[in-house]
Amino acid sequence: MKHLRSIDELGLDGLTGLLQLTDHMAEINQRPVPKVPALRGRTVASLFFEDSTRTRLSFETAAKRLSADTMTFNVSTSSVNKGESLRDTVATITDMGVDAFVVRHKSVGIPWQISQWTTASIINAGDGAHQHPTQALVDCYTIREATHAQSFAGMKIAIVGDIKHSRVARSNIQAFSLLGAKVTLVAPPTLLPPDVSHWPVTVAHKLDEVVSQTDVLYMLRLQSERMAQGHVPTLREYSEQYGLTHKRVLALKSDAIVMHPGPMNRGVEMQIDPSDVKNSLIHRQVANGVSVRMAVLFELLGSGSNLGGQA
Amino acid sequence: MSQSIVIKGATVVNRNSQQVADVKIENGLVVEVAKNLKGDLHLDASGCIVSSGFVDLHAHLREPGKEEAETIETGSRAGALGGYTALIAMPNTDPPQDSVAVIDFVREQGKRAGLVDVVPSGCITLGRQGESLAPMAELSLAGVTLFTDDGNGVQDAALMRRALEYARGLGVTLAQHCEVAELTKGAVMNECSCCTDLGLPGWPAIAEELMVFRDIELVRITGASMHFLHLSTKRSVELVRAAKRDGLPITAEVTPHHLSLTQELLASYDSVYKVNPPLRSAADIRALKDGLLDGTIDAIATDHAPHPRRDKEMSLDLAPPGMLGLETALGVVLAEGMCEIRDVVALMSWNPAKIARIDGTHGLDVVAGANANLCVFDPELTWSVDPDRLASKSTNTPYAGKTLRGRVRHTIFKGTATVIDGQAQK
Repeated sequence: MKHLRSIDELGLDGLTGLLQLTDHMAEINQRPVPKVPALRGRTVASLFFEDSTRTRLSFETAAKRLSADTMTFNVSTSSVNKGESLRDTVATITDMGVDAFVVRHKSVGIPWQISQWTTASIINAGDGAHQHPTQALVDCYTIREATHAQSFAGMKIAIVGDIKHSRVARSNIQAFSLLGAKVTLVAPPTLLPPDVSHWPVTVAHKLDEVVSQTDVLYMLRLQSERMAQGHVPTLREYSEQYGLTHKRVLALKSDAIVMHPGPMNRGVEMQIDPSDVKNSLIHRQVANGVSVRMAVLFELLGSGSNLGGQA
Repeated sequence: MSQSIVIKGATVVNRNSQQVADVKIENGLVVEVAKNLKGDLHLDASGCIVSSGFVDLHAHLREPGKEEAETIETGSRAGALGGYTALIAMPNTDPPQDSVAVIDFVREQGKRAGLVDVVPSGCITLGRQGESLAPMAELSLAGVTLFTDDGNGVQDAALMRRALEYARGLGVTLAQHCEVAELTKGAVMNECSCCTDLGLPGWPAIAEELMVFRDIELVRITGASMHFLHLSTKRSVELVRAAKRDGLPITAEVTPHHLSLTQELLASYDSVYKVNPPLRSAADIRALKDGLLDGTIDAIATDHAPHPRRDKEMSLDLAPPGMLGLETALGVVLAEGMCEIRDVVALMSWNPAKIARIDGTHGLDVVAGANANLCVFDPELTWSVDPDRLASKSTNTPYAGKTLRGRVRHTIFKGTATVIDGQAQK
C-alpha cells in the first residue's frame, strides 16, 4: 500500500488488515515505554492547511512512538501566504527528504493532486467534505473493540446530522458498509447530499423513529455556519430535532453505543455530557486514534521489519 | 501581384450542392470552382472537404489582461489550425470590452496577427457587473453586433429587459450565459450522484434552465433577438425548442465538450475537467445531440478558455473553470459522429456567421466571387492530442492523449493560406 486517501481505495482487505495491525499497536501502547524503532530514519511531514488539534497530535504521537522523525508545516507562517503554489510547497518539502505527507486541506481531492508531485506516501487527514479515512478506521476499531465483533453483519448504525458537509460521514458510510453494517442516515433533507440513491444506506428524517432500534448512534458535529447558510433555521430547532437529549438516551437500547468524532458542540448535537451515557465510546475514539495511525504509518512506511525491540 | 492558390481535388460542400472540384483563389476571392484548375500554389486536398471557414461564436482570447494564458496572436493561430477564419472574442478581458477603446484594441491586435478575423463582442453591462448598461450604441457604431457578459449571466431581470429593449433599437443580438448565481455559489461540478460522493458543491441544471426560461419570456415581450451560449442541459434544449416553435428570434449554441464529456471525469480530481457550465450527464449529451439534429441548436461554439498551468494546478474548488477548444473542436465533433458533414459545416460556419452578423464575409458558399475564407479538412484522419504541440499558449485540453477523427489540413483567410498541411504559416 502506497497511499491512504480514501476507504474506497483501501477496500475490505486493506481495512481488516489495518484493524488487525492496530491490535498490535494497541499492545505496544500498553507497554511501560510505548515506543519501538520500527520507523527509525523515516520522516513524516504534517501538512495541515486547516485547523486541527486531535488529528494532527494523534498522527505526530503515532509517528514518534514508531521512532519516525516528524516535521510540521505550519500554514500561517509558511510561504503559502506569500503566494507559493501548493505544488512548489510539496516539491520543496519532498526535496528535504520526506517519506510521508499527512495532509489536511479544505479542498476536495488535494491528496490525489499532491501524489502526482511527490514520491512520498500520502495520508489523507481530511479533504473538504470528501474523505477522512483514518477517522473511519478509528471508529471501526472502536466499535470492534467494544463489541468484540470481527464483522459488523446485522449491526444497525445510525449517522446523525450534517451528512452533506461531512467527510467523516462519507468515509464511515463506506467503511461500516464494507464490514457489513446497515447504515441509516438521519438528517433534514437540507443536510443530505443531493442524491444518495446509489449509497448503501437508508435515510430517515426523524431521529426519534430511529433511536430505539439502533446499535450504534453516531452523532456528527453541526457547524454553526450552517445556520447562516440557511441549512437549518436555528440551532435550537436543530438541537431539538437531531440532538442527543436525555429523553433520547433513555430511548436507546441498553447496549447501544454512542459515538462522536469530535470536537463536540455541547448544547447543539450533544445536549448531554457524554459521561452521562453508559456506553459512550467518545473517549475510546480519541485513545484509539494513536494506535490506528501507528498502524497506518507502519503499513505505508514499514519495511516488514518486526515491531519488537526497544527504541 | 497576388499569388493564386488552387485547392486540388476536394469535395466542395455548399448549401445546395456537393461536388469534387478544384477551387481557385486570387486577390482574396474565390475566382473559379471547376476541374483541372491551375495556379501559382497548388494545395493537395484529395479526400478532403472544402467549405467556408469556421466561425467560433465563443472564444476567450484573454488579451488584454491575461496574456500569460493566451494572446490574440496565439489564440488566432490556434483558431486557424482549427479551421476557423473568424473568432468572436469574449468580453471578459481586463479591462473588459465595454468601451470603444478596448473594442478597437482587440480588433487591431487581431489584424496585426492576421490569421483570422477577430470580432470583438461587447459587454451588456459596464464591467460585466450586471448593474448598469454598457454604452451599447457607441459600441455598436464601433462595429459590435453581439453583446454578452459571458462568464456572468445578467442576474437582474429588469436590467436584462432594458438591455433587450435597447438592443432591439440598435439591431444587435444579446448572448446570455445562463446561470442564476444564487444557485451556484461555490459550485464545482454538476449536481449529481458523483458530486454526492466527492462532497463537492453542485451546479444544478435548474440554475441554467431558470435563466433560459426567463430570457425566452423577455424575448417574447421585447422582440429583441437573443443567443444562448453553451447550453448544457436536457431541459434547456426543450425550452429553446418550444420557444423556436413559437417563432421567437432565438438561437443557441453547444460546445464540443458538452457533447462528448460527462461529469464522472471530475472524480479524477483533475481541474482540467472543471468548466462552466459544468460537464453533465450522458442523458444531457443525448438531448443536446438531438437538439443539434432537429435544429433547436444552431451552432457548435468552443468556449475556448485557456488558463495557465499554475492556475489549473489548484484544487478543484479554486481552479478557474474552462478548457481549450479551438484546435480540437472539429475532431471532437466528427469523432462523436452524430451528424453529416454538411450539418457540421452548417453548425460551425454557416449558422454562426449569421448569428454574429458577419455572413457578408464568412460562411459563404464556395463559389466564384465569394470571399476566400475557407477551411479544408480531412474528415477521416485520426490523430492524437498532444497538449504540448497545440498552438495555444495554454495546455488545458481535456482531450490530452485522446484520439480524435477529422483534422484541418489547410485554412485560407482572405485569400492567403494561414495553414498548409496542418502547419500554421505564421
